[in-house]
Amino acid sequence: MAQVTFEEISASDFFYRNRDIAGFTNPSRAIFAAIRELVENSLDAAEGLKIPPDIYVRLSQEGEASKETHVYRLRVEDNGIGVPPRHIPSAFGQVLFGSKYKLKQQRGTFGLGGKMAILYGQITTHQPATIISSTGGMSKIYIYKLMIDIQRNRPIILDRKVVINKEHWQGTVVEFCLEGDYLRAMPKILEYFKQTAMVNPYANLTFVDPKGRLYRFSRVTRDMPDPPKETLPHPYGVDVELLQRLIQVTPYNNMLDFLKNHFHRVGEITARKFLEFANISPSKKPNKLSHQEIVRLMQMLKKFKEFLPPDAGCLSPLGEELLKAGIVKELNPDFVVVHQRKPSTYAGHPFIIEVGIAYGGEVPRKGSFVIYRFANRIPLLYDEASDVSVKVINSMNWRRYKVTPDMPIAIVVHVCSTKVPYKTVGKEFIADRPEVRREIANGLREVARQIRRFLTKREHVDRERKRLGVFSKYLPKIAQFSTRLAGMDKSPDVEKLLRSVKKFGTEGT
Amino acid sequence: MGRKERKTSVIEKKKEVTVSLENLGLKIYEQMDKGYFPSIEMPSRSTENIYYDPNFRQFILGDRKVRRTARNIRHIKPFTQLVWAAFFSHELTTQRKTSTLRDVYYSAQAYEMTFKDQQESNNIITDLETILGFSREDFNIFPEERSAVFGDLTIEYTVPGYEGKTLNLTSHPDGVLIGPALTSSEFIETTADKVIAIEKGGLFTRFIEESVHKKFNAILVLTAGQAPRATRHFIRRLNKELNLPVYIFTDGDPWGMHIAMVIISGSANAAHLRELTTPDAKWSGVWATDIVNYKLPTDPLDEVDVKRLYELQRDPRYKDPLWQREIKTFLKIKRKAEQEAFSRYGLTYIVDEYLPAKLKETK
Ligand SMILES: Nc1ncnc2c1ncn2[C@@H]1O[C@H](COP(=O)(O)OP(=O)(O)OP(=O)(O)O)[C@@H](O)[C@H]1O
Ligand SMILES: [Mg+2]
Repeated sequence: MAQVTFEEISASDFFYRNRDIAGFTNPSRAIFAAIRELVENSLDAAEGLKIPPDIYVRLSQEGEASKETHVYRLRVEDNGIGVPPRHIPSAFGQVLFGSKYKLKQQRGTFGLGGKMAILYGQITTHQPATIISSTGGMSKIYIYKLMIDIQRNRPIILDRKVVINKEHWQGTVVEFCLEGDYLRAMPKILEYFKQTAMVNPYANLTFVDPKGRLYRFSRVTRDMPDPPKETLPHPYGVDVELLQRLIQVTPYNNMLDFLKNHFHRVGEITARKFLEFANISPSKKPNKLSHQEIVRLMQMLKKFKEFLPPDAGCLSPLGEELLKAGIVKELNPDFVVVHQRKPSTYAGHPFIIEVGIAYGGEVPRKGSFVIYRFANRIPLLYDEASDVSVKVINSMNWRRYKVTPDMPIAIVVHVCSTKVPYKTVGKEFIADRPEVRREIANGLREVARQIRRFLTKREHVDRERKRLGVFSKYLPKIAQFSTRLAGMDKSPDVEKLLRSVKKFGTEGT
Repeated sequence: MGRKERKTSVIEKKKEVTVSLENLGLKIYEQMDKGYFPSIEMPSRSTENIYYDPNFRQFILGDRKVRRTARNIRHIKPFTQLVWAAFFSHELTTQRKTSTLRDVYYSAQAYEMTFKDQQESNNIITDLETILGFSREDFNIFPEERSAVFGDLTIEYTVPGYEGKTLNLTSHPDGVLIGPALTSSEFIETTADKVIAIEKGGLFTRFIEESVHKKFNAILVLTAGQAPRATRHFIRRLNKELNLPVYIFTDGDPWGMHIAMVIISGSANAAHLRELTTPDAKWSGVWATDIVNYKLPTDPLDEVDVKRLYELQRDPRYKDPLWQREIKTFLKIKRKAEQEAFSRYGLTYIVDEYLPAKLKETK
């Protein structure tokens, strides 16, 4: 009998072993995922302060690793909020460490993305990462050289420098080496920038690729959506784990105060009503709840019908105007219509759906709709077929809206939520939640109705133009042939007839 | 009839045609000049407006009219095509040039007038025929398919360069093509006392070789299948102008029967035209009863043949007892025979035995 050994692994070890689930599947996916994670951190960092983001990304080739893969140096600079110096090592060197575990809409959620990129770079090139950051104002610039101790999930600080910040620079620079296959990743990376620009029209994005080509996506507005407010968990969205954590940290020593202060949309009256409904004494001490009672509390919270739905203040949708600006900027369509749905919830999590349809212009005609999927202003580029939006789009009867797949049509779906129902940590596609699906469908129907109006009108104008064309083509000929046939010298005047056709133009015949 | 008088009739007809084309142009010109969208009214050619007229013994158009107006987006293109066709026909007739339907289709392109296809341009020519009541041959537009004639008939040409020249139609042993020059010529004299129309080229040649024209005093006409309109008109002229009885020989099947019928009573397609029929012409064979009586080698009727026979049975042109009897016989014996079937009795049997017998029978 073989000997069975047990060991504990750290979080970084776990993700190192399972890097697939974070999107670092192969050399081309890895390079895409690394860029994406860092750009998203930078966008979050700028938006937190409502600064229009300025992000510079440079990928340069360092050397050859194998036949297909190369070693690249990736550098991402931003003008964001910066990282306080004491947090720099952990923020970039300790998996599952982050500032975004709060309940508000942000791109980052897991405390994992940036580190997975650095970790991947470290295991493929054995080189440290450099982090340069300043929180602006009077603060200095801190420069760290870090590696990750995978087994212990701790940052190893190799070097630390402090520089005077004469220009009051604020922002963060992350630089490290990684192995990858840029040539294969290129189409997706460029598409990523284009779509990021579409859904962040207030951002300047610059990308210099290993060949030295510069791609620039300029902002068209400095208006930014209001930053999201932080919120408490909604009673419908809690689980046993969360309850237990709250009980451990709570300063309140009765259930009434506990409920009033830790949950979203729970006030004095609602808390009392609930406690009566759940048959729990308002004065009961939270830390005296047994495990069974906690489980029961969670079940009762979900059963109670009188909690108000979560407030969407913690969400930061793009807004119809900005979404339109973004679509116009990247697709330059003949016609665009956008629509924002009212806030809704699934399992206690608020969400807002924004949709848009663009027709013509630079929208490619590819025999099927071009679908742009976004979640919390992140483009989703992989696993399109599994995404809920695609399922909704495919199940709609587009003929009803005069829309056919051979038309140059782009469909945009943006899901905003404190908890986007991703299927994976790689943030590639959105799971099929009935509430989300319904909202997407309602939103799409609304914009589809408007595109139908547009197409009908355009058809009408087209038909009218064609009709006038027919008259102005044939009337002069009739005049010409009848004049010659009748042996006359002067052709009759057809202008008057043509004008009369125009006058009654829209009547049709 | 005197020679000179006849000649004038051809020239007068030509004049009539040009004047009616010019009047059409004038009518349209005046409407436009007054600031109206021009329109034209013409008899409808839809099937609901086609009737069989027992007096005329042919199909005619009823009273229903259609109006083509340039105001209507769906009409304006055919309207323009029609005016062009009238203009083009006028050019042809005044310049004494001839043309074919195929030519018309291509000529249009020189005037930036496009026709979708040959069918579309053919339809426009038919419209013009309907409006003016002349057939396209009068506009110098002739069919592609050509049939032939052979026999002792002297004609005089009226076409440019040949005016006054005469020709005897026995002068070429293959027969003479029934083309624009022949159809526009005057008949001068003949010794023939009948016309024999034959469906197939093989038999036509055999008849010439066997001197049928001499033995039977006949003018032989090859219809080459369904007789073109120019040929039908030509046969009618032989019948009307020269008072010659016409006998038609076709294959013994519903299609042969119908070739004879179209020469006699015309077709629904030409209901807007007169002077294409020869109501007194006779279908002399091959009848279904001939198949039985002469014990001809046969083929079985196939499905389309039977279907066609049932159609013909209901057709008003076929109401005479002889036709009805033959249709019934075909349906009963379920066989058909070609003209060549008589060869089983030797090559000359058809001329020596069958022909005289049938001419006598259908006299
Ligand atoms: N460019 C930056 N500017 C400011 N802070 C940053 C920047 N990059 C990372 N951080 C900080 O480091 C933390 C960890 O980032 P990381 O990408 O690992 O996780 P996350 O963004 O919180 O979640 P996710 O796994 O979804 O990306 C962030 O929460 C943020 O506080
Ligand atoms: Mg992140």
